[in-house]
Amino acid sequence: MEIFTADQVFKKFIHTTALDRVSVSIPKGGIFGLLGPNGAGKTTLIRIINQITAPDEGSLYFKGEKLKPDHISNIGYLPEERGLYKKMKVGEQSLYLARLKGLSKTDAQQRLKYWFDKFEIQDWWNRKVEELSKGMQQKVQFIVTVVHEPELLIFDEPFSGFDPINAEMMKKEILNLQEKGATIIFSTHNMGSVEELCDHISLIDQGRTLIEGPIDKIREQYKTDTYEVGFQGDVQAVQSVLNDHYKLLDTSREKDLTKVQIRLLHHTTDNELLSLLVPHVHIVSFNEVYPNMNDIFIRVVKENKGS
Amino acid sequence: MSKIGLIIQREYITRVRKRSFLIMSVLGPIIFAAFMIVPVWMAMSEDQEVKKIAIVDSSNLFMNVIPDSEFLKFDYLFDTKLGDIKDNHKEAGYYGVLYISHLVASDANSVVIYSDKQPSLSTKMHISKAIEEYIRDQKLLAYEIEDLDNILKSVKTRINIRTIKMSDDGSEKESNTGLVMAVGYAGGLLIYMFIFIFGAMLMRGVIEEKVNRIIEVVISSVKPFQLMMGKIIGIGMVGLSQFVIWVVFTLILVTVATTLLFPELNMSPTEQVVSQDIMSSSPIQASPQAGPQAEVQVGAEDMSEIMGVLENIRNIDFGVMLGSFLFYFLGGYLLYAAMFASIGAAVDNETDTQQFMLPVTIPLILAIFVMFNAINNPDSSIAFWFSIIPFTSPVVMMARIPFGVPIWEIMLSMGLLIITFLGMTWLAAKIYRTGILMYGKKVNYREIWKWIRYS
Repeated sequence: MEIFTADQVFKKFIHTTALDRVSVSIPKGGIFGLLGPNGAGKTTLIRIINQITAPDEGSLYFKGEKLKPDHISNIGYLPEERGLYKKMKVGEQSLYLARLKGLSKTDAQQRLKYWFDKFEIQDWWNRKVEELSKGMQQKVQFIVTVVHEPELLIFDEPFSGFDPINAEMMKKEILNLQEKGATIIFSTHNMGSVEELCDHISLIDQGRTLIEGPIDKIREQYKTDTYEVGFQGDVQAVQSVLNDHYKLLDTSREKDLTKVQIRLLHHTTDNELLSLLVPHVHIVSFNEVYPNMNDIFIRVVKENKGS
Repeated sequence: MSKIGLIIQREYITRVRKRSFLIMSVLGPIIFAAFMIVPVWMAMSEDQEVKKIAIVDSSNLFMNVIPDSEFLKFDYLFDTKLGDIKDNHKEAGYYGVLYISHLVASDANSVVIYSDKQPSLSTKMHISKAIEEYIRDQKLLAYEIEDLDNILKSVKTRINIRTIKMSDDGSEKESNTGLVMAVGYAGGLLIYMFIFIFGAMLMRGVIEEKVNRIIEVVISSVKPFQLMMGKIIGIGMVGLSQFVIWVVFTLILVTVATTLLFPELNMSPTEQVVSQDIMSSSPIQASPQAGPQAEVQVGAEDMSEIMGVLENIRNIDFGVMLGSFLFYFLGGYLLYAAMFASIGAAVDNETDTQQFMLPVTIPLILAIFVMFNAINNPDSSIAFWFSIIPFTSPVVMMARIPFGVPIWEIMLSMGLLIITFLGMTWLAAKIYRTGILMYGKKVNYREIWKWIRYS
């Protein structure tokens, strides 16, 4: 079931078309990666989901209902460019932002106390934001994003500004929230964390959706008939038997084990490759190479530019 | 609490708690009270001292010509040269030496006061008036007119102009132009100041949210329009609070200071009028205890004149004044606040605001100029039009109202102000909601026009 659906969303700014009939459907309970190069329209789409800007055309649904202002209290948003009132005290400010999301004063106090205890930052309550380090401010910002326990959480580059220890902690918290039933939209340029966290992705560029779907299927779809063969023996021997149905991509050596990546051309099958190699070298491993998200990203965006 | 209520609360509380608000709340009344009390105190401390002045008269014409007054005593010194007394008049117990040369009838500069202090204007006027009248009488005597004494007596008339304003319904009201001018001037000027101070405060608040980047967090919870209106109302309430604090504390300070410094004020009607006189020229005086200013010389015995003054005060309708002041105070602020908010949204920092300030400052400064004109001439056509046009009406109409303005003019002016405020807010909201999410772009008027058209 989808928690959020955007159908044929079109948004034009004065000078550019930011979204050109983009559709996304975000399955409930998962982590959804929203990818795309700078200026692709990600932020615009996120702002439309948050009802910060209204689309020119297209329809939006939250849990099957047409998106309406009431849904705001069910969405949490951590923007890429974050900020807090510098002169305001941490506690007061957290309370204010939590109450703006529709929490009652007592509820807000209770839940903030839980989070402040959890992050062990109770002492900050009466300090002004400007006295905190950037990492500390990010923690406060994270808390005010999730304090109203929304069903849909949107994180735009959530790990920027954190040191590796805190980034790991945030990652853990995000996964925790997902376990408790929240759906997460995750926008980032860090493909490593996409592969690690996301189960669905949508890649948009120049206002259009280029690929969308479960990450495993996409990697499967973008595989390039490339196989990695590990063997004991001479590379020369392998090279000499490969004809123009094969292309040797990469060679590496680890002690007495050699690994090569070979792409199959002209509809050759993996069995044909195996039977070609077996007589000449001692094969230790043989598996298909799936492209990583980084490669897919670059390939898809480049192809889109070319077209 | 509603979201807009939360925003108003935050805007209000964070500002009222600031040290600058506290300082302004303390300093403001002290300054205003000082403006009222110091001149009175100075005038009174001078008047209470009895000054003895020696007269050295080389023309020998002016014996017993200059009469003593309550605070001035004159000693006519015979056979004394100026040099004998000039340098040691203090030792002899004199405040100063009045020297009249023998050329007095022909040379205007032949009367000199020697003193180590600056004699007050009233001292000088007292002396010159007596000498002038005496010389005039002497010159008239030279014409040998019959029965001159009686003629002179009958010619001397004292005029105290009272102004009676007639209303359309035939009723007559005694008005006091000086007081009315002061009230109008103060009202207009206060509105002008209020718009600038709190408009700029609002603009800085909008820029702050943009620069801090908290704006995106906030408007993912509330609509930009709610945020804008919350800020406008919250800061307007800060201004109103500041104003009320000023008025209340100034009144308290003035009351305390007058009872402590001038306990005799309550005994002598003359002095009371003098002090009220000066108080009335200060901005904050919209209370019945303030007094007139046009009466220059009121004899202690002249009770009827004092009654007339009190009548004047009663004739200014303070209910109407206060009501219309609050309306134009808020209406003017709201109209300009919308403009200030959209300017704040259009720029990335305060220095960039300069180019957009012109549409705000020009009408306001124009309003102040027209207000000066309107105070002298409240029914001129320029005063009329500028008090109808919404951008200048809060300042100009406020200056006209104490003089009495037909009700339809006030209604028209207020109605137009409300309509323009609504329209301006609608426009500003469009600029605001585009501007707050726009960074790093040099914005000009053409760009803003596009925002209005496309959003």
